[in-house]
Amino acid sequence: METSPQPSATEAIAKADLAIASPWQVFWRRLRRHRTAMFGAVILVILYLTALFAGFIAPYGYERQDRERFFHRPMALRFQGGLAVQQYEPAPGSSKYQAVKGEVQRIHFFVRGDKYNLFGFIPSTLHLFGSGDPKHPINLLGTDQYGRDIFSRLLYGSQISLSIGLIGIVLRFGLGMVMGGISGYFGGKIDSFIMRFCELIMSIPALYLIMSLRATFPANLSSTQVYLLIIAILSFIGWASSARVIRGMALSLRERQFVLAARTLGQRDRHVILKHILPGTFSYVIVAATLSVPYYILGEVVLSFLGVGIQEPDASWGIMLNAAQNPEYLTNYPWLLAPGVAIFITVLAFNFLGDGLRDAVDTKS
Amino acid sequence: MNLLEVKNLKVHFPVKHGLFSRVKAHVKAVDDVSFTIQPGETLGLVGESGCGKTTLGRAIVKLVEPTAGSIYFEGEDIAQLSGAELRARRRKFQMIFQDPYGSLNPRMTVGQIIGEAIDIHQLAESSSARQKRIMELLKAVGLDPIHAQRYPHEFSGGQRQRIGIARALAVEPKLIVCDEPVSALDVSVQAQIINLLQDLQQQRGLAYLFIAHDLAVVEHISRRVMVMYLGKVVELAEAKAIIRTPKHPYTQALISAVPEVDPDSKRKRIVLPGDVPSPINPPSGCPFHPRCPIAQAPICQVDVPSLREVTPGHWAACHFAK
Repeated sequence: METSPQPSATEAIAKADLAIASPWQVFWRRLRRHRTAMFGAVILVILYLTALFAGFIAPYGYERQDRERFFHRPMALRFQGGLAVQQYEPAPGSSKYQAVKGEVQRIHFFVRGDKYNLFGFIPSTLHLFGSGDPKHPINLLGTDQYGRDIFSRLLYGSQISLSIGLIGIVLRFGLGMVMGGISGYFGGKIDSFIMRFCELIMSIPALYLIMSLRATFPANLSSTQVYLLIIAILSFIGWASSARVIRGMALSLRERQFVLAARTLGQRDRHVILKHILPGTFSYVIVAATLSVPYYILGEVVLSFLGVGIQEPDASWGIMLNAAQNPEYLTNYPWLLAPGVAIFITVLAFNFLGDGLRDAVDTKS
Repeated sequence: MNLLEVKNLKVHFPVKHGLFSRVKAHVKAVDDVSFTIQPGETLGLVGESGCGKTTLGRAIVKLVEPTAGSIYFEGEDIAQLSGAELRARRRKFQMIFQDPYGSLNPRMTVGQIIGEAIDIHQLAESSSARQKRIMELLKAVGLDPIHAQRYPHEFSGGQRQRIGIARALAVEPKLIVCDEPVSALDVSVQAQIINLLQDLQQQRGLAYLFIAHDLAVVEHISRRVMVMYLGKVVELAEAKAIIRTPKHPYTQALISAVPEVDPDSKRKRIVLPGDVPSPINPPSGCPFHPRCPIAQAPICQVDVPSLREVTPGHWAACHFAK
């Protein structure tokens, strides 16, 4: 009975249901049943797709200024012989804009407009939509103090703000897993040394560390360099706490019998860590990584807000919010807070997904 | 020639305290143990929890570093080996673990688990040869080769223990340290695994160091049995001799604790007073003297009894053994 199972009715049923379910498949099945997590995941997929196709979806370039229209209010979409927006014209003698009665600006799809590079290397001028009339632009979320289209800048900004989180967690948890795995597996002096180093990093207030690290680099860096620098700085601060948790898990995993078995077989330490120890920490890493993406998005916001992050005229959610710190702007032009809403939605979606992941990896329930 | 010869093996774990990790004391898990194993032989190792039998087993396969002493495997001292030299020798001595749930990586299929062993020592020239080997090993331990695709959680405890055995066999060892391989299994499954181990021993000429706390199991499978108490070997003899005529008072107490089916049995249960002393600070002289029913002052409190051959082939570490 015990050696070669006879195909019985109950077993056939069990087979149909659980046939060769790898731990990952079980995990995926549980995740799909978690509604809020899937909701968060769908939102994130949409956000990342729009970021990927930002140049195509955005009607204007992120640098394009319209000197006729500073602080233009958002334009509501309406349906009048096709999608359209109300036409506005500058009110004489003030910086306000007034609606032109009865005039609407039709929205045209697949129009030619500003040049951009799709995925960063395919030059194109095709846009998903536009007015086709330079005198009457479409500013779905209004314009900022330089007359730039906030909707377009929001999309371009999402490229930086959303990717910073992904690259950040790869660096942070990559480093955290390597250092934590080594520390926990070998123990002893190596462990003490790495952990004291982690504590050193963790004991410095993060903001001072960020500012002083930023200060060690020249001020006139290009936006790409600053972007990479921000990721590096945030990951450098973050890896220590991840390494400590992973080290704790490695410490308990190395006493597990399958790890002892691998060592008895003569497996190299490097392979034991990579094949047996670190996969055991994945459940923690996936959840923690998802929940720490917002930390990078907000970190970029903080740095750009403080003026040491992404520089104008490049777009990121942080630098866009930087413009909104003037209280006069805030009361009169609340649409400048649009990136704040975008951050809110993104962070919420990541937390939804993270919660679902945590439930899915928790095999006890 | 002896397959394995352990000489004066000591495994002491430092007990650290305080800010600067000062070594306060040592846990003498294995203290001055010597024995031999012949090729194809099974040596049973019994003793209660915490007596150091698992540590001894792990020291022999070099999972813990011996503090002192030597371990001659096929005439070569492996106690001081490390790095690549040790890894190459590891093929020859393997281990089967107690916990059939914990000894298999839950994220790997059975094929990957066994394949890992083959890959480490490059025992297959091609991927088809590797595949064939995995199939043969699964058949050898009584599993269906189809099971190579499955994950450990799909198997019963007995089946998982078979997978663990297949993994150990994959590298063609000469000695397998079986660390309580059947303690976590049902009695009916225990018998199957023990029979499997005996069949494999005959087919492949394996030697076993069989660690257990169940005397009946050990008597069944072993040619000789070694009894440990507080890190020391107290008795070593043929399995039959140990069960019928135990020489050491500790062994006598152990055997009297084995339940018997015969209601008319007149055997008296020897109940030892007190608990096992701490191995950090073991008693002076004979480590068993505080609980021993026949201990006499001052000899037992002062002199450590050496393991001596009381009758031919029957060794005991007691001043009064006859």
